[in-house]
Amino acid sequence: MKTNIILSGVGGQGILTIAAVLDTAALSENLFVKQSEVHGMSQRGGAVQCHVRISDKEIYSDLIPEGKADLILSVEPMELLRYIPFLNKYGWLVTDSHPFINTDNYPEKKDLFEQIKKHPYHVIINATEIAKKIGNSKVANMVLLGAAASIIPLSEESLLHAIKKLFQYKSEKIISLNIEAFFEGKKIAKEMMDLAANN
Amino acid sequence: MKSLLLGNEALAQGSIDAGLSGVYAYPGTPSTEITEYIQRSKLAKELKIHTTWSVNEKTAMESALGMSYTGLRAMVVMKHVGLNVASDVFMNMAVSGINGGLVVVVADDPSMHSSQNEQDSRFYGKFAMIPILEPSNQQDAYDIMHYAFDLSEELKLPVLLRMVTRLSHSRAGIEIRERRAQNVMQLPHDTSRFALIPMNAKKQFDKLVNKKTLLIELSENSNHNSLKLSEDRDIGIIACGIAYNYVMENIGDDAAYYSILKISQYPLPKKKIKKLYKHCHKILVVEEGYPVVEELLHNYFDENDKIKGRLTGDVPRTGELNPNIVGHSLGIFQGHPKSIPSIVSPRPPQLCEGCGHTDLFNTINELIPEIGNKNVFGDIGCYALGALPPLNTINTLIDMGASITMAKGATDAGLENAIAVIGDSTFTHSGMTGLLDAVFENSPITVIISDNSAIAMTGAQESSAVGRLYNICLGLGVHPEHLKKMVPLKKNHDENVELLRNELKYKGVSVIISERPCVRLSRDQKEEIKAKIASLS
Repeated sequence: MKTNIILSGVGGQGILTIAAVLDTAALSENLFVKQSEVHGMSQRGGAVQCHVRISDKEIYSDLIPEGKADLILSVEPMELLRYIPFLNKYGWLVTDSHPFINTDNYPEKKDLFEQIKKHPYHVIINATEIAKKIGNSKVANMVLLGAAASIIPLSEESLLHAIKKLFQYKSEKIISLNIEAFFEGKKIAKEMMDLAANN
Repeated sequence: MKSLLLGNEALAQGSIDAGLSGVYAYPGTPSTEITEYIQRSKLAKELKIHTTWSVNEKTAMESALGMSYTGLRAMVVMKHVGLNVASDVFMNMAVSGINGGLVVVVADDPSMHSSQNEQDSRFYGKFAMIPILEPSNQQDAYDIMHYAFDLSEELKLPVLLRMVTRLSHSRAGIEIRERRAQNVMQLPHDTSRFALIPMNAKKQFDKLVNKKTLLIELSENSNHNSLKLSEDRDIGIIACGIAYNYVMENIGDDAAYYSILKISQYPLPKKKIKKLYKHCHKILVVEEGYPVVEELLHNYFDENDKIKGRLTGDVPRTGELNPNIVGHSLGIFQGHPKSIPSIVSPRPPQLCEGCGHTDLFNTINELIPEIGNKNVFGDIGCYALGALPPLNTINTLIDMGASITMAKGATDAGLENAIAVIGDSTFTHSGMTGLLDAVFENSPITVIISDNSAIAMTGAQESSAVGRLYNICLGLGVHPEHLKKMVPLKKNHDENVELLRNELKYKGVSVIISERPCVRLSRDQKEEIKAKIASLS
């Protein structure tokens, strides 16, 4: 078993928190994990990505080869498309529909979605909106993690345990917000996937 | 359960567990997290390991040498270009030798993710004639620290440990082993080798040169250099450091069919290389950075077609390696990846919202129609982003401190209205000496120290400049009438433009300290800075 996940977004959007949950859960299942991230200048409002690799065997490269990602999980729709060359034939795209616009020539939203929908396996959800409804837009990343949970080969138990561990020094409220976000994302994505399967 | 650590953090934990007594460093991507990890470590605090940032890489390395002189184990950490700053002491301490184990950790940045060049520190190691270690993965980075200190103490030489961005900033599960005790103070038996007057230096230099055979022998027998010969003789691969991972990623299950020499210790093990060379029809050298090994091989074997790598174009000459590049070099089909949709636009880094640098640049830009658009000399830091649109304020960015000295040189040539923009920490790192040059000749330059009370770009570390800038400038001889302060805020814009216009008129050295804390500082950090400033005044 080897799963390659690319997380993408804009510096400061919290993709490293998603990565930390995945890593912690994978280690708790005694799996091998490698996670490559971006530090330094490019973090300042620029495009950032993070490669997470989970396997039951030793992992060599810290970087995922092109065409080998099983999942691209993005907290921003244009940043999702930036990593399309990494996607494998049966790979999934899961993204927040909410754009982060800090450039002059940001594309039209509908053109972005059109490009994403060209790929057979995709989930586009308004994670930011869902997170706001739950009570804090910051938990959008956990909504997305929940939405991708069925594609990730880690048990729900270890993912939830990892979320709790990661936020152990925060308030009970923050922990429960994150867990609620995870389940909300999971629920909505399941509805969408079921709908797609029936069509 | 294993601990999940960045390559940098694994190395840092490895150094603590190898009996470290002090780390000395100046922040620089991709090396920063090594020192930060030790600063945050409870264990390091209990062990009283020194962790405070130094003013620059040279002072850091000299302090590390001082600690080593007393017999304790010390480590000095920097990014690749930091070694240029520290190269004076680096070259000379190879001649003097060390006492307590001393490891120089340098993180190279191939592809220049956060740097001005992609220089390869292995050249420096070879130049100084000391051993180099190059871990290939995170566990290796942890384990190799123990060996690095042993090697240093056994040879009485500093050891260079080379990291690269991808290993520094990638996490994996790490197995931690038992910690060994720190050394106790034991001054050198004979101190003359540390006093490099010519008669001692000559003796020491001969000793260093004569150690070469021993160094090669150690490399030859090192577990870190492993040779595996297979029956297939088509291709022999020499994989250095992290490049080994990319090779293995590609050949994976078929590894048994390839002959591979994995290199993680230098000088190169000549015998092992010769064995591989004789065994195979073709040699592919895969190394991150410059073609250091490939060039040496061309020398060993008298330039021939058998050796392939970055020089022959079989691997791209510049830029970071990745699994696809290495797969291609190995002749393994890489597929046809989908392309990025053309609507995706670039998203370069930019100054944070509410950053004081932006207001400063707006002030300078207001005067550009009057003074010309090629007069602003910049420096290293977040404010380097002022070279990009929409600001387009800064014209040059070369190295730490060059803003002031380049502005001075340009005015020596007759340029008028030269402005130098430099950050607070860059100023104390390498700007102060240049300012003294300018003061000495009363050069007509206007220096703006953009003081955000932090080493911002690398993550808002503590700046040694905090609360000291004004007095430093005064002490260096800047005239009090031309040593000004301003606060770069929108509401002060007109006033700031007027201040800068007046100082540009002055035909001597002016310094304007533009003060506004970095927006990324936490409330606690801001409180600490306030307390520090209060304690200094």
